[in-house]
Amino acid sequence: MRIICPVKRVPDTAASKKVDPDDFTLDRDSVEAILNANDEWSIEEAMRIKERDGAEVIVLCMGPEQAQTTVRKALSYGLDGAIQVTDPAIHGSDAVATARVLAGALREESFDLIIMGNQSSDARTTLVPAMLAEFLDLPALTYARKLEIDGRKLTAHRETASGHVVVEAEMPAIVSVVEAINEPRYPSFKGIMAAKSKPLSTRDLGAVGVDASEVGLANSWTQIIEATPRPPKQAGEKVDDDGSGTVGAKAIADFLAAQKFI
Amino acid sequence: MALSFELTPEQQELRRVVRQFAVDKVAPRAEEMNAKGAFPVDLVQEMGAMGLFGLPFPEEYGGSGGTFLDLCLAIEEIGRVDQSLGITLEAGVGLGAMPIFKFGSEEQKRRYLPALAEGRQLAGFGLTEPGGGSDAAALRTTARRDGDGWVINGSKQFITNVGTDISAFVTITAVTNDDPRQVTNFIVPTDTPGYTVGNGYRKVGWHASDTRDLYFDDVRVPAENQLGAEGRGFANFLSILDEGRIAISALAVGSIQGCIDECLRYAGEREAFGKPIGAYQAVAFKIADMEVQAELARHAYYHAAWLMSQGQPFKRAASVAKLYSSEAAVSAAREACQIFGGYGFTTEYPVGRFYQDAKILEVGEGTSEVQRMLIARDLGLPR
Ligand SMILES: Cc1cc2nc3c(=O)[nH]c(=O)nc-3n(C[C@H](O)[C@H](O)[C@H](O)COP(=O)(O)OP(=O)(O)OC[C@H]3O[C@@H](n4cnc5c(N)ncnc54)[C@H](O)[C@@H]3O)c2cc1C
Repeated sequence: MRIICPVKRVPDTAASKKVDPDDFTLDRDSVEAILNANDEWSIEEAMRIKERDGAEVIVLCMGPEQAQTTVRKALSYGLDGAIQVTDPAIHGSDAVATARVLAGALREESFDLIIMGNQSSDARTTLVPAMLAEFLDLPALTYARKLEIDGRKLTAHRETASGHVVVEAEMPAIVSVVEAINEPRYPSFKGIMAAKSKPLSTRDLGAVGVDASEVGLANSWTQIIEATPRPPKQAGEKVDDDGSGTVGAKAIADFLAAQKFI
Repeated sequence: MALSFELTPEQQELRRVVRQFAVDKVAPRAEEMNAKGAFPVDLVQEMGAMGLFGLPFPEEYGGSGGTFLDLCLAIEEIGRVDQSLGITLEAGVGLGAMPIFKFGSEEQKRRYLPALAEGRQLAGFGLTEPGGGSDAAALRTTARRDGDGWVINGSKQFITNVGTDISAFVTITAVTNDDPRQVTNFIVPTDTPGYTVGNGYRKVGWHASDTRDLYFDDVRVPAENQLGAEGRGFANFLSILDEGRIAISALAVGSIQGCIDECLRYAGEREAFGKPIGAYQAVAFKIADMEVQAELARHAYYHAAWLMSQGQPFKRAASVAKLYSSEAAVSAAREACQIFGGYGFTTEYPVGRFYQDAKILEVGEGTSEVQRMLIARDLGLPR
């Protein structure tokens, strides 16, 4: 079996971010970049399949040259090899353009399964897995919180607002996973050391069959026309409980209901 | 430029990964483990899966194929949130597994190292006796030849990692052939008849680390349990301590850094007289001093580890690092508690725990006095 895990280099979730005032893209040099957290779950899921059934697991990353550190990070979990798509024309690509590039790279590859995080922590669109499925004409099992494999058949528990639904597909297919699916391991030292010598193939747009006129900031379907910094944090509302819990508990329940959480 | 202490990208990544593990998995449980004196076998095994217990050993023995400095980086990052787990790693590798790696026969290495390197088992290092630790040559434990094996009698004091659920054996020093100058090392498996592991101590710190008293009552071990050459046991064990001091220094740096982490946060939030306390020079300078201590101590152990890796004499550098960083850790923890005021004397914040844990750093693997003795001797002072 051959599994490909698309991963993204994202700015550190915990850092405060700056947006370029001219084109509204994120100033990626001003914050430390990390491997998108959701991709740790997809990598873990792929690794578990590899350890259980045997599989070759390949990481695929679209991003600038510096994204090689993200690729090596992904490899340190024990993956077998990597493909990185790097091209100056890609800068500023939206979800559609990203899916186009990833699809281009995947068309050149043989695979049984694509496993990816359901969203990136910087853009949070959750669109790329489904768009990729559309471009590649493959079934997509998105928001998986559980994945079972029986021969060529995939069964996923798809997380919904109120519970989960069980969905099935035949391989080859695309699966996007949510946090509940597993608890990712930490890379081992051997994995970290091995990552630097795992095969990494770097490709430009031409090599993945995508024209520069289809990607990048100018050619993205989504245009950001304005950006407003997040307003400063407001002082919270303080509720004094009488010690019995009734006042406090009611206040919390009312608040959650007002926010439509319950 | 010949002088570079820059870590390789892989070492930086190791530090990051261990840091992440420490923050996610260890820090949230540190206080509870400390309060209960609970030894976290599950965390040891998870660290084993990450390869931390095998860092300085080759892959053929189940190790990770790294260096002693890699081990020190991991100890520092674990120790930064939990000194007990830090010493468990330090002693597990540096004292438990290292004698097998350095002095074991090929067969002993293949038999014992993989389980230790993978964190599935732990081993202890039995040097100190009730009669004295600093004067480790004055030992009373004996091993008498009996047929093709040995019979051991005596006791050991303050031995780390021998009483856990995964403690497999202890290596010891014992006087052989009734000649006090003839000391030999032996491997004593935990289940050997006549070998008793005591209940341990009510310690002042390191509560979640395992420390025991050991008794050997006509303990019979086969000849194959002799470790290293007959009569070399004392010198061999002392050389283990030379390296161990570098690792203890890393543990002490972890303590100082942990105090800095906590103080930076608290001094920025806690207000007094209308300002965050970090805005008062009296508080800010304490933290600045801690930073100086952390940086000097870290460079001292990097330097000692580097000398060792180059095959150069490193004993003095190891003593310098151990002495400076352990004393700095005690002083940094004391000042950290001061910055936390009354909360520093509670278990609500980690600084109180760092204070309790720091003191032993000035004692274990050679007291501060012993380090000064070694440095003075190395400088050629008259004896
Ligand atoms: C939690 C813990 C874990 C430990 N783990 C281990 C372990 O795994 N294995 C092991 O073998 N040991 C271990 N030890 C023992 C430790 O190494 C000894 O406690 C230490 O070496 C000091 O020995 P001692 O306690 O007998 O003190 P002593 O040697 O009796 O020293 C008492 C005091 O006298 C001073 N002193 C002694 N001789 C001189 C001198 N010549 N000049 C000046 N001052 C001197 C010392 O510095 C000290 O201040 C551990 C101890 C503790 C508390």
